[in-house]
Amino acid sequence: MSDTIFALASARGKAGVSVFRISGTDAFMMAAKLCGSLPDGRGLRMLRAGDVVLDQALVLTFQDGASFTGEPVVEFQCHGSPAVAASVSEALSASGARLADPGEFTRRALENERLDLSQVEGLSDLIEAETEAQRKQAFALMDGGLTEKVDRWRSDLIRAAALIEATIDFADEDVPVDVTPEVSSLIAGVSSDLVAEIAGSFVAERVREGFEVAIIGPPNIGKSTLLNALAGRQAAITSEIAGTTRDVIEVRMDLEGIPVTVLDTAGLRNTDDTIEALGVELARNRAEGADLRIFLTADGQTGGFGVEAQPDDLVLLGKADNGGGVSGKTGAGLDQMISHVTRVLGDRVALTQSAVRQRHRLAMEAAIGYIAAAEGLMELDGDSELVAMELNTALHAMNSIIGRVGVEDLLDEIFASFCLGK
Amino acid sequence: MKHTDFDVVVIGGGHAGAEAAQAAWRMGAKTALVTHSFDKIGEMSCNPAIGGLGKGHLVREIDALDGVMGRVADQAGIQFRLLNRRKGPAVQGPRTQADRALYRSAMQIEFRDRHGLEVIESEVMDFVMSGDTVQGVVLADGSSVSTRAVILTTGTFLRGVIHIGDVAKPGGRMGDKPSVALADRIDSFGLPLGRLKTGTPPRLDGRTINWEGLEMQEADEDPSLFSFLSKKAGAQQIACGITHTNTRTHEIIEKNLEKSAMYGGHIDGVGPRYCPSIEDKVVRFGEKESHQVFLEPEGLNDPTIYPNGISTSLPVDVQEKYVTSIVGLENVKILQPGYAIEYDYVDPRALDSTLQVRDVPRLFLAGQINGTTGYEEAAAQGLVAGLNAARLARDGEPVSFSRSESYIGVMIDDLTTRGVTEPYRMFTSRAEYRLSLRADNADQRLTPRGVELGCVSEHREQNFDIKMNALRDAQEILTSHNATPNQAAKAGIKVNQDGARRNGLEFLAFKDVTLQTLKGLWPDLPEFEEHIGQQVQNDAMYANYIQRQNADVKALQRDENLKIPREFEFIGLPGLSNELQKKLVATKPETLGQASRIDGMTPAALTLLLGRIKQFNAAKSA
Repeated sequence: MSDTIFALASARGKAGVSVFRISGTDAFMMAAKLCGSLPDGRGLRMLRAGDVVLDQALVLTFQDGASFTGEPVVEFQCHGSPAVAASVSEALSASGARLADPGEFTRRALENERLDLSQVEGLSDLIEAETEAQRKQAFALMDGGLTEKVDRWRSDLIRAAALIEATIDFADEDVPVDVTPEVSSLIAGVSSDLVAEIAGSFVAERVREGFEVAIIGPPNIGKSTLLNALAGRQAAITSEIAGTTRDVIEVRMDLEGIPVTVLDTAGLRNTDDTIEALGVELARNRAEGADLRIFLTADGQTGGFGVEAQPDDLVLLGKADNGGGVSGKTGAGLDQMISHVTRVLGDRVALTQSAVRQRHRLAMEAAIGYIAAAEGLMELDGDSELVAMELNTALHAMNSIIGRVGVEDLLDEIFASFCLGK
Repeated sequence: MKHTDFDVVVIGGGHAGAEAAQAAWRMGAKTALVTHSFDKIGEMSCNPAIGGLGKGHLVREIDALDGVMGRVADQAGIQFRLLNRRKGPAVQGPRTQADRALYRSAMQIEFRDRHGLEVIESEVMDFVMSGDTVQGVVLADGSSVSTRAVILTTGTFLRGVIHIGDVAKPGGRMGDKPSVALADRIDSFGLPLGRLKTGTPPRLDGRTINWEGLEMQEADEDPSLFSFLSKKAGAQQIACGITHTNTRTHEIIEKNLEKSAMYGGHIDGVGPRYCPSIEDKVVRFGEKESHQVFLEPEGLNDPTIYPNGISTSLPVDVQEKYVTSIVGLENVKILQPGYAIEYDYVDPRALDSTLQVRDVPRLFLAGQINGTTGYEEAAAQGLVAGLNAARLARDGEPVSFSRSESYIGVMIDDLTTRGVTEPYRMFTSRAEYRLSLRADNADQRLTPRGVELGCVSEHREQNFDIKMNALRDAQEILTSHNATPNQAAKAGIKVNQDGARRNGLEFLAFKDVTLQTLKGLWPDLPEFEEHIGQQVQNDAMYANYIQRQNADVKALQRDENLKIPREFEFIGLPGLSNELQKKLVATKPETLGQASRIDGMTPAALTLLLGRIKQFNAAKSA
């Protein structure tokens, strides 16, 4: 007897279809509360919450023992709208099903032998991954560079913890009294590696989701014309009237393999027009959040824009139809501009590290926090058992990425390093 | 219930045996201790010292359950030192050098005139069996004694071999004859065995040591005793000497390495890495030009000196040569040469968490025979086996100790779930909840447990209650005093100016804040008894960290509460690797928590195991 769980099995957001999966002893009964009669196999049904129609869905049923989890399973293939997903979720909760914990479907599949261990070995610590897709991706990661790196950080942390433990457990023996310099340098090294890895993981996310490049500048300087030139189509309305663009217009494009979203924004100026003022405000916000900014100016000055230029940003003369800047109209300077953008973003892509998942990042951030606490304690000449606890917790955080560490690892390091036995 | 001569028979009068017999007897079991000679009860056959880091914690825990080791050591201690005095209380370990004769006699007093506790001077030749179950023991004179439980604590007697250079002879320790007959019976049980070794240094005549110019290590002025009941050290305090090996010592050893039993290929057993022989030190740490040697007196009226740090299995003439190359020992006389001893141990994974042999009901094993080293580790196991044998004799529930509660629990769990690869010694780093498992609060952790079990005397219970009341009062007073950060700053306490009022206990959690500091803040604060004040400070200092640990403890307890049925079969579980199946069969974990600590266990395998156990239970209850 297992309680009945459900979850959105497909990605969140707008899509053609979104799939709900319901699994557990009472899956059929609970699903029937939404769709009335259940089809044998598959069928089209209206989903209702009481009298309210939620959506029309393709309903699939899997009998006990014949599903992914090994339990009775019902799938709703609804229209892929966030609003539909939210209302179906709510109705399923009301019917008595419980929102699944991360990895719970896989876990049930394991428990019911629908997956055998060989299929999940290597990703053993990923049982908590949230979706099947995540599981696959993490498996690939596990095989690669991240494990190697984590091993190195781990062994540095083990070494640091072992040094501290040696001074605690072998106080009476021939161990170095002051291990602080070595411990400090070991953990500072790990910490700075982790910082770099985390930075890289954000880039990796960008690679997946696309970089944002914002075009900003005063009104009527040719921003929309530039966007259209880049897009190769009339994506934004252009006119001689200043303040034509009010909203942010996004165009996705592929710049030499790098996914980029170019943003065209409202011209930056002080205005009494409420709508335009909102557009200017939005332009500034999006520009600040973008990965790169292209400033189009009349005189090369960006003062008064209310957005600061970052080191890699481009500051160009706009409407430079005859060169000396950039022009969407004639295409002058366009190639140089594109090659600058691809070079800057290409350099950032090169920073991508092995860690790409949030789970890794969280573990690494936690480790950095514990290492900082250990450093803080050591600076204040704090008690070594507390330093040891912080380092051990940092080690556990590392372990949550790849595996586990026992006290034997510490003792091995101690005995290999010091001649003990007074 | 069928009449038997005894409830519990303990075989062996070493540290495990003595503590086991005492524990069973305190529990009200009619107990017999069988040993070759009464006069050898409490003998310290190796280094005459009790306690240390992790080990001192064990002794305090034994004492908290009213065991004997702590108070005997308090009688016999001649150099009390609190190790890690400058570190936090969680990692401070009481230790003392002990006078061997005083220790023996204090221990033997515990066995005199005890109603229901008998010492039988004999040798156990065999067990009386009924099927797989042990029902009694056969003594040297051929008579047999019936009992409900047997605790075997015979140390290194299983195929013990003593090596001095290339000379080897069977024996448990110098001067003892090995018990061969019983060994055959143990063999017939088919228990998994392993081989270990350990070494001793040559014993020196202190009268021939040139103490002049040697560095001396004094005892603490204010000795930290072991027993919560002791008020002062029973014996005079003395100092130990410290000298060092030098390059000439190392040359002599290197030149004669092949004559060493260990390096000459005569020994296969695995020795402890934390207590290597001097040969090992010279070979493995060749870059070190010198190793320290502690010259530890074996007694107040005994000239024997135990040179801690130079255990060896070199031939006698080489021992003489290298020892006399050491400063202060130029003219030293060796009273007894050092030797190495090799022995079989029973893989402790064959035991359950009460130390009962899983496949031989009513037989318990404790001490060195389980692959441990050290008097304290032995005594703590003796205590666990003694409590459980007494319980079993009365058909009571087993008594087990958790990792989150005691070093005893850590050790028993390490032994029975992970086994050993070298002689097992306690370290504080083995205890993941080290900040709460302190030597100073062993009584708070275990005495109530002991009272409940019935192994604690009324005297101790009363003392404990008085202390706890005083402690509670002190904590209440401190909780009822509070101050703003501003007021605290005026009293010299550095805290965040966050406007939050903090009470006395919360202030004590800050580094460098003591009761004395708080006096400056609240002049009306009463003077607490010193040991109560100290205890309040120790508890408060770790409070924040312990809170953090509690989440882990809860997770542990959840896994520990998930029992694996005894009949559950680990063999043939689909999806589990053969290697893991074998390990599970060897260990037979009793809980999911134990299973998780088996070497090589993965979270996925654990999940699978959990699923199978649930199915198994569901099928059983269906």
